[in-house]
Amino acid sequence: MYVFIGRTMYVSLTDWGNDPAQALALNPVIRWVGLANYQDLFTGFLQGRFRQELVNTIFFTLFFILGCLGLGLGLALILDRNPRGEGLWRTIFLFPMSLSFIVTGTIWRWMLQPQGGLNQFPTVLGLPAGSFGWLSSTDSIWKFDWNKLPLLTASVVALVLVWLAVRAVRAGDRTRAVVAGLCAALLLGWALLVAPNLKLLPAPEAHGFNLALIGIIVAAVWQMSGYTMALYLAGLRGIPEELREAARVDGASDFGMYRHVIFPLLAPITLSAMIILGHISLKIFDLVYAMAGPDNTYTSVPALNMYLTSFRQNQFALGAAIGTILLILVAFVIVPYLSSSFRSEEGHA
Amino acid sequence: MNRIQIKKALLIAAALAATSSAAAAGKLEIFSWWSGDEAPALDALVKLYKQKNPGVTVDNATVSGGAGTNAKAVLKTRMLGGTPPDSFQVHAGQELIGTWVVANRMEDLSSLFKSEGWTKVFPQDVIALLSSKGGIWSVPVNVHRSNVMWYNPAKLKAWGVTPPKTWNEFLTTCAKLKAKGVAAPLVVGENWTQQHLWENVMIGTLGSQGWKDLWAGKLKFTDPKVVAGFTTFGKVMDCANKDASGLSWQQASDRIADGTSAFNVMGDWAAGYFTTTKKLAPNTGFGWTTAPGTSGTFVMLADSFGLPKGAKDRAEAINWLKLAGSKQGQDAFNPLKGSIAARTDSDLSKYNTYSKSAAADWKKNKIVGSMVHGAVAPESFTSAFGAIIDQFGASKNAQGAAAAAQQLADRSGIGK
Repeated sequence: MYVFIGRTMYVSLTDWGNDPAQALALNPVIRWVGLANYQDLFTGFLQGRFRQELVNTIFFTLFFILGCLGLGLGLALILDRNPRGEGLWRTIFLFPMSLSFIVTGTIWRWMLQPQGGLNQFPTVLGLPAGSFGWLSSTDSIWKFDWNKLPLLTASVVALVLVWLAVRAVRAGDRTRAVVAGLCAALLLGWALLVAPNLKLLPAPEAHGFNLALIGIIVAAVWQMSGYTMALYLAGLRGIPEELREAARVDGASDFGMYRHVIFPLLAPITLSAMIILGHISLKIFDLVYAMAGPDNTYTSVPALNMYLTSFRQNQFALGAAIGTILLILVAFVIVPYLSSSFRSEEGHA
Repeated sequence: MNRIQIKKALLIAAALAATSSAAAAGKLEIFSWWSGDEAPALDALVKLYKQKNPGVTVDNATVSGGAGTNAKAVLKTRMLGGTPPDSFQVHAGQELIGTWVVANRMEDLSSLFKSEGWTKVFPQDVIALLSSKGGIWSVPVNVHRSNVMWYNPAKLKAWGVTPPKTWNEFLTTCAKLKAKGVAAPLVVGENWTQQHLWENVMIGTLGSQGWKDLWAGKLKFTDPKVVAGFTTFGKVMDCANKDASGLSWQQASDRIADGTSAFNVMGDWAAGYFTTTKKLAPNTGFGWTTAPGTSGTFVMLADSFGLPKGAKDRAEAINWLKLAGSKQGQDAFNPLKGSIAARTDSDLSKYNTYSKSAAADWKKNKIVGSMVHGAVAPESFTSAFGAIIDQFGASKNAQGAAAAAQQLADRSGIGK
């Protein structure tokens, strides 16, 4: 596996496939081009689709994780109160997970057709049929110009650093506060002075949250929230009854008990759920393929583009570059988790 | 008595030996994406092949999936893995040339074209589309037409409009229909059907020569004429339904049948859908005309078979190609497929009403190739062009879209 990762990274630094005559030749001439493919993806005139997909992925991940965690926690809390038929409900909620994304995608595609399923539902209640283009909408909200990306990223990182600095000051960690504060100041200064003059693209290019993604997020949440519920339920059952009783004895209200006792104890579960859901959402491919088709650029994700670029356009190097970017994104999610779990293991030992 | 029996036994043994040795000698593998509705047409051709070449086992390797998206991926794996099929289906023209001929993986069929006399029976424009670098690379089996506009005759009468002749007329008609409460006078479907519409708007704007120049690299996408075509396309899209990306071409055709929309620009496979699936009669249940501005032009796409280098059963594959290009083969295949023969001497009595009209045009019209169906542009162009159409749909920036298309054309090596 690591050989393939290495090979993909190497290919992404070459020009394999940029010349159609060499793409599928018996002995293709492959030249080293360094980071040119990456530069093309982020600033190339033709790669607007990829940039929109990155934005799509970020919004998809955000809403998918929030939706799954919220719905999963809600269901788990209800089931934790031991309602009648708990076993049955648990099975029902968990069941969607046993389907493959292709099946889920096909069913939801039917339900979300402009004239079908969900849009017809209001007519049952005597209301006019809905007309929202769940998967076919071409509108988007929260648009921003890609040229502002350096400014936005730098500002966000700087704000996080400021927050870290403030926390360090409160905790009395002087060196940490100074380092974080300095970094934040540097970044903010760069963002305000240099970034506005930095032009990634010759013309402004708007990217935003495409409304057609909502349908796909709904289907993904439907499928994975049962799993989150199971995780939370296990966590809730793992909280000793004594702790709850102790809280009650101390005069905590129901809400207070959840807020100060149960939720903090569920934090590690939330973290692992976020990791698992996060890497699913970064890799998502089949669900989008089944629901919106490969050629719907409004709902496309990088994994889909990687497939099309490599196997339809024969641009192997560019496809490998997209794959590497995906790997880096997944690493962002996984590595902190691994390091934190290693650290806690060492702590226990 | 005894002697005769022995003789018989010997004869049977000899016959058995002969057939088994023939079976061992002959084998042919054809690779295609014709399954489902299209399978009977291929089966007819295979049956004919078996009649002519008894003893050859034909391995019909089909990978289903619309327009061959899955099949092409499997084919790539096999070609790169060094086990090419003996002959494979491919859209005639640049889809083959831009992917496999430039990679030096195909055999030149010029001599076959000469010995079979095909250079005379196929129209010259078609031979030109199949040729590159001094060779002819595949044998076209069938021809579909891209520039057809479908409508519902009864509905048009009720609305009091006639099919427009040019794209400007179309826009006037569109405004008229909108005033009468038709929300979407034109119906389009998912991305490739929009590209299909784009190419018809472009051919209607540039004319057939301009279209040829565009793909020869003589006319740039950034030329004011092409930019004007993009602008017209934007206006035409304003006449279309808003839920396009959720519709397959069949669902889009349904909206013509039920009168939700007035026009649909789609290839002539829609004729088969209207007659066979929707049970509508030609000229009364559904009507057709050439797409606006393209009368006298036949925008073609064709399925063809080529001969990859390193095919294991080369002799059998050549026999297959000979059959695929023959009059008998094409007239067996096409009536079932719903397409017309690429040859100009086919027996029209075997074809349906729509095909007869198309075949008549095939003989006398100017022939140009379709972009979205791989005749004039390689895969590297067509599959990335969809994103440009989508971005244009969002921004309606004709200059930007034209510039992006030109950059894509340069990258795909168009006009080199």
